[in-house]
Amino acid sequence: MADVNRGNRPLSPHLQVYRMYVTIVASGLHRITGFGMIVTAFLVVWWFIAAAASPAYFAIVDGILTSWIGTLVMLVSLWGLCHHLLNGIRHLIWDTGRMLDTDALDRTAWFVLLGAPALTVLVLLIVQLG
Amino acid sequence: MSYRTDYSRARGWGTAHEGVHHFWMQRITAISLIPLTIFFVFPFANALGSGYEAVRETYQNGWNAFIAISFIIVALWHLKLGLEVIIDDYVHSKPLHLTLLLANFILNGAFAIAGVFAVAKIAFSA
Repeated sequence: MADVNRGNRPLSPHLQVYRMYVTIVASGLHRITGFGMIVTAFLVVWWFIAAAASPAYFAIVDGILTSWIGTLVMLVSLWGLCHHLLNGIRHLIWDTGRMLDTDALDRTAWFVLLGAPALTVLVLLIVQLG
Repeated sequence: MSYRTDYSRARGWGTAHEGVHHFWMQRITAISLIPLTIFFVFPFANALGSGYEAVRETYQNGWNAFIAISFIIVALWHLKLGLEVIIDDYVHSKPLHLTLLLANFILNGAFAIAGVFAVAKIAFSA
């Protein structure tokens, strides 16, 4: 229906008119963490290619991923993965029509925001101990 | 002039004229990624920084290689779908929109194929 004249009407309000709220943060982070996975995907695939190529090339790429900046990127990626995973489960629950009332939205948003860092630490602990 | 109503003309078609296929594939890949991510992250985190030989040994294991290949395919598929939504939301110039959709397809396709090839090469070198 692109041929319909929509008129010269005002646009819907943009981001800055809304009060910052926990559900906005959870939602915004969901998109940002998903978008950021381009970087993570590139690094992980590059690392696999290096491991398939040669010991010398692997040393270079593994060195980049385990440098302080590489470690920081991988740690942020792990948190991003945890946030996107938990909030993704939230989305999947919504798709069934459940937990869409204001109370449940608030509670689950807090759960994701606090759960993602906790899950990140848990994964790191398991990896360290394993 | 068609006698069809606007509603029947629009029903089942999104802006990209593919109905709910995009939404559905995004959910299917999302659900698949829940177990795949859990199975992928731990061997990967253990292998990262453990040296060339240890990394090769990790992915010469059939289960680890199977999980890594599955994860790479489904994760990059899901990433491609998600980036399409972001491009649709924020890019309003037609030529740029088309260019970015094309780049998104090629880039994620290339990552997936390269990643699968790399893991398979390691797995079959055992």
